[in-house]
Amino acid sequence: MTSNLLIKAENVGIQFGGLKAVQNVNLYLNQGELVGLIGPNGAGKTTTFNMITGVYQPTFGTIAFDGKNLKGLKPYQVTKLGMSRTFQNIRLFKDLSVLDNVKVANHNIAKHSIISSILRLPSHFSGEAKMEQESIEFLKIFGLDVYKDELAKNLPYGMQRRLEIARALAAKPKLLLLDEPAAGMNPQETHDLMELIAFIRKEFNLTILLIEHDMHLVMGICERIYVLDHGQLIADGTPEEIRNNPKVIEAYLGEEVDD
Amino acid sequence: MEWIQQLVNGISLGSIYALIALGYTMVYGIIKLINFAHGDVFMLGAFIGFYAISRWEIGFFPALIISMVLCAIIGVIIERVAYKRLRSATRIAALITAIGVSLLIEYTVIFFRGASPEAYPEVLPKSSINILGVNISSISILILAVTIVLMILLQFIVHKTKIGKAMRAVSLDADAARLMGINVDNTISATFAIGSALAGAAGVIFGVYYTRIEPLMGVLPGLKAFIAAVFGGIGSIPGAMVGGLSLGLVETVVSALGFSLWRDAAAFVILILILILKPSGIFGKNTREKV
Amino acid sequence: MKKSKAFWVFSVLALVIYAVVQGLISGGILDLYYQNILVQMCINIMLAVSLHIIIGITGQFSIGHAGFMAVGAYFSAIATMKLGLPLPVGLLLGAVVAALAGLLVGIPTLRLKGDYLAIATLGFAEIIRIIFLNVDYVGGAAGMVVMNMTTWTYAFAGVVITIIVISNFTKSRHGRGAISIREDEIAADAMGINTTYYKVVAFTIGSLFAGLAGAIYAHNFFIIQPTTFNFLKSFDILIYVVLGGLGSLSGSVIAAIFLTVVSAYLANFPETRMIIYSLVLILVMLYRPTGLMGTKEITSLFKFGKKGGTKI
Ligand SMILES: Nc1ncnc2c1ncn2[C@@H]1O[C@H](COP(=O)(O)OP(=O)(O)O)[C@@H](O)[C@H]1O
Ligand SMILES: [Mg+2]
Repeated sequence: MTSNLLIKAENVGIQFGGLKAVQNVNLYLNQGELVGLIGPNGAGKTTTFNMITGVYQPTFGTIAFDGKNLKGLKPYQVTKLGMSRTFQNIRLFKDLSVLDNVKVANHNIAKHSIISSILRLPSHFSGEAKMEQESIEFLKIFGLDVYKDELAKNLPYGMQRRLEIARALAAKPKLLLLDEPAAGMNPQETHDLMELIAFIRKEFNLTILLIEHDMHLVMGICERIYVLDHGQLIADGTPEEIRNNPKVIEAYLGEEVDD
Repeated sequence: MEWIQQLVNGISLGSIYALIALGYTMVYGIIKLINFAHGDVFMLGAFIGFYAISRWEIGFFPALIISMVLCAIIGVIIERVAYKRLRSATRIAALITAIGVSLLIEYTVIFFRGASPEAYPEVLPKSSINILGVNISSISILILAVTIVLMILLQFIVHKTKIGKAMRAVSLDADAARLMGINVDNTISATFAIGSALAGAAGVIFGVYYTRIEPLMGVLPGLKAFIAAVFGGIGSIPGAMVGGLSLGLVETVVSALGFSLWRDAAAFVILILILILKPSGIFGKNTREKV
Repeated sequence: MKKSKAFWVFSVLALVIYAVVQGLISGGILDLYYQNILVQMCINIMLAVSLHIIIGITGQFSIGHAGFMAVGAYFSAIATMKLGLPLPVGLLLGAVVAALAGLLVGIPTLRLKGDYLAIATLGFAEIIRIIFLNVDYVGGAAGMVVMNMTTWTYAFAGVVITIIVISNFTKSRHGRGAISIREDEIAADAMGINTTYYKVVAFTIGSLFAGLAGAIYAHNFFIIQPTTFNFLKSFDILIYVVLGGLGSLSGSVIAAIFLTVVSAYLANFPETRMIIYSLVLILVMLYRPTGLMGTKEITSLFKFGKKGGTKI
């Protein structure tokens, strides 16, 4: 094993009641890679994210991040280790301003205590100022700084998707997990978003795991791709290999019809 | 043989809790609402029975039926007027509304007739039967019989009738049920009607057994019946029965041991233990929030 | 040190209100009846704001707040009446013990959600009440006689401290953490917020000030009894927060003031009061579930300063 292995998931699976939503998934990510996770609806992609990020504890197998076993860790602890995510169904803090959404994710960059905030000690002011400054930087990258005082729920849809990524980035991840970030966007917005993802990847030296329903889109930017179907990995490899894999074509055949 | 007497007391109290708990559990199962006003429907049932017996001078069974019918109607009105438009509201909004309805019923009753208690008339002969050397009042036995009959009836409705099947379908998945052609609104109303009728019956039985009723009498039994429902596994009909009987027995034991002032605390301690240790209750299923 | 404009507005406003009322009292214009209503109003504001941090800010639905008020009332009364300690020490002790009770109740219960949390807090409040009911040292059901020692000054100071602490908490990274739990607990967790910690912190701070309110209450009415702190009292406090707007501190203050006045007018018609309360509660939930102010603050209705001015 190389030392720059960031995620190593071995024989991971989860069961909800009688339903084995995901089984026997082996998945690894090297530092700096941009990897796609694709598969038809209900294949178990989001569930896999939920297991990696600590939202669900896997029923079987182990997941290690940066050499550390994630077993039993809560999502916030996983996040503090250097991983953050977006959600397929946007989960912004709707009644907070755009800026405050990012500040929440920036929570841990400042260290002032509750007492310091209540008594308004100097550390409160310096800490809050630092959070404000950094958060605005993140908003600028995504062109969201003009909306900073808007409530998140009032943003147009595409901007909400961007804010989710900005917020995830503010948590200072090494690994960013994006769950269908382009869902519901038109081709132009999707194109811009993909460029943006490529940009932040370079700028912040990120490793990215990207779920995308649309196979063609993933082919364009990912170096490697995992394909899930009915909870199991049916293929992995370069986009070229995936494109010509008969199992993948079969899994997607039923899909293309109703897409 | 003192303890047999206590056992009978516990079962009688537990039967009343179980009858109220059924309404809580059915309503929670179908619309995920803690219907705080349910204890007050129980109180209204007791008063309806009281007026029916003392003013119209009718017997126990006719009074029981009248009370059940009127409570069913009241339950449906509450659902249609207050809860129906809250189906898509937050859980907090729904719960606060239920608290509001509960207070409204209590204080409207007090407004019209005052807060003073009422002594229930004696409608049943005060005889007792000797079993194993213990005198057991015929009222206790009647209560148990009525409770058992009502529960069998409920099982029959839920498992053998069309409306029962609709109720089970809606509580599993309201949207799917609607797609299958089930009238969800009517099914929910029917659930309220049945639950409220059982609470009405419990009210009359309570009055006959404990002989003292008052406008705030529903508050504590209501809460405890809810605890019984949680204990049994909220949404589960057998759970409500077992939960109600268990709670009645526990309270009787606590009193019998000389801690009657702590009796009410026992129920809440049970509640907190069950919520912390196994929130799904003894008959409930664990579910996880989908993310 | 730089302080926000809103802070200065609040300070000046508080001073002016205090000076005016104190003047009216000294001038004999406000008699004991009105002074008593004012103290009651202050107590209700403290209760409302202390529940606001739990429900409005953190989104944790507690309906047993009167339990912590009871702890503050009884322990402060024990301090002053049984141990002969001075009133300020008694108030502090009541508040601190209530905070400890909040911590003890909060740690196990706050992992419950929604309805289940609500019913568990109600259960704990009842248990607390039943304990006081059964302890002869504090008079059992008959209650405990407490000397009238509080003044309008104590009550007003209590309000000012409560508002400053809770508003300062809210407008900090800690408050944002708490609000993010209200908004979306799963997302908050995923963004690195230790949700359990902030829920317990908010619950403890809320209990602390409910305890302080209870302590002031105990020394204002000659007697405290377990029945005072039953769940109807908890619902009363809940109504302030809900009516004012879940998430709005100024909203809960306004609702507490308004409903104290309404209560005072209807003091001889308690049933009418409860019917009005319950109707208002139902109608607000059906037609304006966000309450009067929603999550907005009164300050946002005026335009303070320029862009970027801090909201209270
Ligand atoms: N909390 C849960 N409880 C029960 N079933 C779940 C839960 N979460 C996901 N599932 C099931 O797991 C399967 C995979 O879902 P998901 O991971 O969301 O698919 P995808 O993201 O690939 O579209 C689905 O059948 C879904 O219904
Ligand atoms: Mg998905």
